[in-house]
Amino acid sequence: MAKLHVSTTINGEPVEFLTEPGESMLDVLRGPLGLTGSKEGCGSGDCGACTITLDDRLVCSCLMLAAEAEGHEIRTIESMAEGETLHPLQQKFLEMAALQCGICTPGVLMAAKSLLERNPDPTETEVRFWLAGNLCRCTGYDKIVRAVLETAADMREAAR
Amino acid sequence: MTDIRYLAPRTLDEAVGAFAAAAGAARILAGGTDLLVQMRAGVLRPGLIVDIKKIPEMTSIEETADGGFRIGAAVSGAALADHPKFGQVWPGVLEAVNLIGSTQVQGRASPGGNLCNGSPAGDSVPAMIAAGAIVTVQGPNGRRRMPVEAVPAGPGRTTLAPGEILVSFELPPRPAGSGDAYLRMIPRTEMDIAVVGCGVSLTLQDGVCTAARVGLGAVAPTVLLVEDAAKALIGSKLDDAALEAAAAACRAVCRPINDKRGTIVYRTKVAGVLLKRAAGIAAERAGRA
Ligand SMILES: Cc1cc2nc3c(=O)[nH]c(=O)nc-3n(C[C@H](O)[C@H](O)[C@H](O)COP(=O)(O)OP(=O)(O)OC[C@H]3O[C@@H](n4cnc5c(N)ncnc54)[C@H](O)[C@@H]3O)c2cc1C
Ligand code: FES
Ligand code: FES
Repeated sequence: MAKLHVSTTINGEPVEFLTEPGESMLDVLRGPLGLTGSKEGCGSGDCGACTITLDDRLVCSCLMLAAEAEGHEIRTIESMAEGETLHPLQQKFLEMAALQCGICTPGVLMAAKSLLERNPDPTETEVRFWLAGNLCRCTGYDKIVRAVLETAADMREAAR
Repeated sequence: MTDIRYLAPRTLDEAVGAFAAAAGAARILAGGTDLLVQMRAGVLRPGLIVDIKKIPEMTSIEETADGGFRIGAAVSGAALADHPKFGQVWPGVLEAVNLIGSTQVQGRASPGGNLCNGSPAGDSVPAMIAAGAIVTVQGPNGRRRMPVEAVPAGPGRTTLAPGEILVSFELPPRPAGSGDAYLRMIPRTEMDIAVVGCGVSLTLQDGVCTAARVGLGAVAPTVLLVEDAAKALIGSKLDDAALEAAAAACRAVCRPINDKRGTIVYRTKVAGVLLKRAAGIAAERAGRA
C-alpha cells in the first residue's frame, strides 16, 4: 500500500513525512520523527501519556492518525522548554518532586500548560477534572496537583 | 494496520461517493475516539477510512435565523464548549457532550460519532433526544432528515443505510422559560461509562410545564425517548406526584443488562431517581431563562 505524504507544522517548524494510512500520530512522532517525549501508556485514550496539542487543543496522539496532521499545527512536550530554560511548570515539577518514573509527566505537563493558558487561576477541583485523563501510577496525584496550583500562583504573580 | 486507504475529501458529495463505492469496507472517521480504539483492538479492519473533518459543514456550529442551532456531526466537544452562546441556550446538551471522556478525548470526540457508534450508553444521545434534535443524513440517494431517536438500532448499530453519512444536528429555537439538563450515574466521578443517563428538556409558563421531552440511556439496547414520562410532566407544576409518575414511566421502559457496573434492579431504580433530579435542574434553568 502506498504511503501518504503529509505536510504539517510540528513545534513551529514545517515538517514533512511519509506514513502508512493506519499509522498513529504517536507512532510517527516516536519513530521516524524521533520525538520520543510523548509516551505510549495504553494506546486507547485512557492514560494521556501521549498528549499533544493539535491546533492548540489537547488530544491523545495515540487516537489520531498521522495522516490527519496534514495542514494542521502540532505541539509536543519537546516544545515546552525554551532551549535550556525550563517552562515554570517543568521547573516546579522538579522542585516539588511531582514525578517519579516520569512516564506520565510529558502528558501531564502538556495538559497542565493548556489549562493554565485558558484559566490562570484554577481551583483544585478544576485542576483535578482537567487532568482526569492523565493517569499516574507513581505519585498519587497530590504532588502533581499541588505543583500545578503553585505554578499558577507564581505565574499570576509574575504577570502582575 | 496495512492495506488501509485514507481519504480526507473536502466536499460531502465526494465523501458520500467514496464511502458508498467502498460498500461495507469503509468507515467514517470523525474524532476517532471510538473508531481508532476499535481498530487497535482488532475488532475492526476497514479497507477505507473517510475523514470528514475537512468538510466545512461537518465541523461548523451555526445559529439559524429562527434562533435554533445547527451543529456539524464532527464538531468536537471542546469546540462546542468554546461557542459563546450554545451552552447558554442548551446547557444540558453541552454538559452531556462534555461528559464524554477526558479533556484530551473532548479535543476530538463528536456528537455524531457518539450517535453513530451506537452505544446504548452514549452520553450525548439522551440529551439530544430530550432537546428534540433533528439529524440530516446524506447518502447515495440524497438527503433525508429524521429525529435523532430514529438513528440507534441496537448496540453498535444504526438505521443509516449503506453509504449514508450523518451530516448535522438541528436544535429547535427555545421558547422563553425553557431549560434542559443531563445527568448520568457512574461509579467514579470522571472517565467512566454511564450506568444510567437521563436527559430532560422542558418549558415552564407561570410555573406550569407546557412542554417536555425525556431521553433515557444505558437501560435498553438503544437510547430511548420516554414519551409517557414527558406526558406526566406536561400540564403539571412539577409537583411530587407528577415527578413520581414521570419516574415510574422511566422505570417502566427499562430493559437493562445485568453486569458488574449495575444490576437490573439498580439501573431501573436509578432511572427514576435521575429523571427527578434532571427535571429539577432543567426547571431551575427554565426559571432563569
Ligand atoms: C478514554 C475514553 C473515554 C470515553 N468516555 C466516554 C464517555 O464518558 N461517554 C461516552 O458516551 N463515550 C465515551 N467514549 C467513547 C467516544 O469518545 C464517544 O463515543 C465519542 O463521541 C465518539 O466520537 P468520535 O467523533 O471520536 O467518533 P469516531 O470514533 O470517529 O466514530 C465513531 C463511530 O461512528 C461512525 N461515525 C462517526 N461519525 C459519523 C458520521 N458523521 N456519519 C456516519 N458514521 C459516523 C464511525 O465510523 C465509527 O464507527 C470514550 C472514549 C475514550 C477513548
Ligand atoms: S497512550 Fe494515548 S492515551 Fe494512553
Ligand atoms: S510518575 Fe510514574 S506514572 Fe506518573
